Amino acid sequence: MKWALAGGVVALVALPAVLSSYALTLFILIFFYGFLGQAWNIVGGYAGQLSAGHAAFVGVGGYTATMLSIELGLTPWVGMLVGGALAALLGAIIGYLGFRFGLRGFYFVLLTVAFAEICRVAVSNIDALGGPLGLYITFTGNPRQFQFQDGRVYYYIALALMLLATLIAWAIERRRFGVYLAAIREDEAAAEALGVNAFKYKMLAMVVSSFLTGVGGTFYAFYLFSLQPNTLFGIPLSVEIIIRPIVGGAGTLFGPILGSFILTPLAEISRRYLGQGGLYGAHLIAYGVLLIGVVLFLPEGAYPRLRRALARRAGATR
Amino acid sequence: MSLLTARGLAKRFGGLHAVAGLDLTVARGEMLGLIGPNGAGKTTVFNLLSGFLTPDAGDIVLDGRSIVGLAPHAICRLGLARTFQIVRPFPRMTVLENVRVGALARSPRAGEALARARDVVARVGLGTRERVPAGALTLADRKRLELARALATGPALLLLDEVMAGLNPTEIETIIQLVRAIHESGVSILLIEHNMRAVMALSQRIVVLSFGERIAEGAPADIANHPKVIEAYLGEEYVRAAPA
Amino acid sequence: MDLTLVMQGVLSGLLFGGVYSLMAVGLTLIFGVMRVVNFAHGDMMVWGMYLAYMLATRAGVDPYVSFLVCAAALFALGLLVQRGLVDRIVDAPHEMQILLMLGVALVLENVALLAFGPEPTRVRSPLASATLWLGPVFVDVARLVTFLVAVTLTSALGAFLYRTDLGRTIRAAADNTYGALVIGTDVRRVYAVAFGVGAACVGAAGALVSPILPFQPSTGLSLSVASFNIVIIGGMGSLLGAFVGGLLVSLAESLGAVFLKPSLKELFSFSLLIVILLFRPAGLFGRRSA
Repeated sequence: MKWALAGGVVALVALPAVLSSYALTLFILIFFYGFLGQAWNIVGGYAGQLSAGHAAFVGVGGYTATMLSIELGLTPWVGMLVGGALAALLGAIIGYLGFRFGLRGFYFVLLTVAFAEICRVAVSNIDALGGPLGLYITFTGNPRQFQFQDGRVYYYIALALMLLATLIAWAIERRRFGVYLAAIREDEAAAEALGVNAFKYKMLAMVVSSFLTGVGGTFYAFYLFSLQPNTLFGIPLSVEIIIRPIVGGAGTLFGPILGSFILTPLAEISRRYLGQGGLYGAHLIAYGVLLIGVVLFLPEGAYPRLRRALARRAGATR
Repeated sequence: MSLLTARGLAKRFGGLHAVAGLDLTVARGEMLGLIGPNGAGKTTVFNLLSGFLTPDAGDIVLDGRSIVGLAPHAICRLGLARTFQIVRPFPRMTVLENVRVGALARSPRAGEALARARDVVARVGLGTRERVPAGALTLADRKRLELARALATGPALLLLDEVMAGLNPTEIETIIQLVRAIHESGVSILLIEHNMRAVMALSQRIVVLSFGERIAEGAPADIANHPKVIEAYLGEEYVRAAPA
Repeated sequence: MDLTLVMQGVLSGLLFGGVYSLMAVGLTLIFGVMRVVNFAHGDMMVWGMYLAYMLATRAGVDPYVSFLVCAAALFALGLLVQRGLVDRIVDAPHEMQILLMLGVALVLENVALLAFGPEPTRVRSPLASATLWLGPVFVDVARLVTFLVAVTLTSALGAFLYRTDLGRTIRAAADNTYGALVIGTDVRRVYAVAFGVGAACVGAAGALVSPILPFQPSTGLSLSVASFNIVIIGGMGSLLGAFVGGLLVSLAESLGAVFLKPSLKELFSFSLLIVILLFRPAGLFGRRSA
């Protein structure tokens, strides 16, 4: 397992040498959505708190870094941390309200959606943030401005983000923190009775998750050079964030990555071929069908199934 | 000196007095039985003591410290652990992982906690089922698991809520042995139990609850013949026998 | 403060509330019987609107007639969703139901987007241009008719649930599934009927509102949010609560629109949702349930 992982990472590091520019873009998106999925996985998967408004954190992070860069000339390398911190603050507020008031399941989903939508409408109405049209970033190609002539730099940054989030998830998983999150997900009252401070650990999970997602917002903004409230805060982005870990296996270390390798190419292909000619929303229909299919036929996601299949094969050859 | 003292404990649900001004003490090293007809308020008492409910009035002192208003996890860390009447295993975790959650309360390091959990699992006789997902256990084994998880938190006082309900006589016999062994290892125990034979065999002292109030208290032999106790139970039988 | 404007707001709010009540009664019926939250409720309603739109533009049927067809069509859709999807996971963990219904909502909204495009439309009805003056305030005749029909339908549904055997069985199942199982009710049939009726409510509501509310595929979300606001205020599962809550939320939104910029109206609804979620305890008429 260790060797396979190391081999995989080495292969991904070497890959840009042989990739076409379109394939490079595809991999950047796979890593980036894998990163966002892994960040969501910490609170949505391990802790089992279904946040359906994670786009809010992307939006807060992206807008913060961009405004700091445009207005104060602060480099996005620092701005991304400030954006992450503000996103974590929003996460803490949402978490505090949701967990203190005991909102579970459906009620927590509604709370997170409501916050994301409020952010979207509010930002659309603030002229200083560009209103409904959003902000545009002039391309300078200056690395200090988080801009690169060479697309491979974005590739490595996105890869690093995904690996970083996965490392954090791994560290959580093997510590008391992770064991406690799993216990909370399974049965919160029983966990409390065994000395688990459920509120504290859910808050921690929410803060870590929203911080990472906020950092992702900076990458999103400076990779695309533009931010619109409807795309950065909108429900479709929240759906993009949660669908990969759910398809891959929520609450597993490699679920979000596997989910991104499966879904991102599909989404890009459908956007490329169906999105043209006014076929709006085609890939969201596919996501809807996929969600239904996963719930009905693969409720734990693809990764646990894959792992068992591999273990069986390994057992058979031995 | 007593390990746990509750004074004037009261809890109402709507107009119903579930617990009405109850005094209760558990001495260090004691095994105390809490019995009473259905709806007497026994489980409510457990919920009050373990912090799942906040009392409307009264005080609870554990080891010289008031624990009223503390959250369940904080009370657990102060040395009071409980089981649930309807067992609540973490179904997708294995037996060992379940018990490790409890063990982490005393050993924050994952490795130590695992070793500690393994000990406890062996103690309750689930050693061979360590790697079985809790959802796949029989009821008798789930009851053992419930006990093991609470035990792993290293309690000074263990609250057991009907750990024998639903088991057959042979299984009850082994659980009685187990509870006795836990008690002998130095853990004080407060026991809710419907199985009279088990309560009588295990308890050093018994408190009888009816409509949220203590109606009798004493050694098992005295309780069995106490007129108020007989009345309370007969009353229940009568209600049960009446057509619905 | 212009008093006439406020009175006008109160009047339009109450009249529009009839539709909200019908919509929320549908949601609370589904929840009460199955403990499943229909995340696709607003999107189903949008389909009711587009059906009315197609019947009006292709066949020239007035929405005040076609609402019956729309109700029947949505009944079938509800039945299909229940039998084909929800029924398979009634016992699954809560998150699974949430994800399933989110999936259904995504499909319904985006199929509408694919079929009809993102631009807002509305359905023309001859009634829509008529107004009545009541002293200083005017009554939009279309709103009045919509209100009357919606209230009639809600009352008819109430009569069905309280006066017929099937209706009583549905309410019994809502109160106690296990008990209903024991006395030999076909619970699956009850579930299917309840989901169908709940969806039919929004089918009719959608058609009835189509002449007075411009709509587009994304309208579904704001309708879902309004439905959630109403049933949480009224108490999840309570029919009377949904009815009264519908009038109240519509009134609040209408007055909100008088005082706030139109673009901030959405902000108002979502803020209302958060406040309601946090202080939800039991609703107006509800029993507490999670």
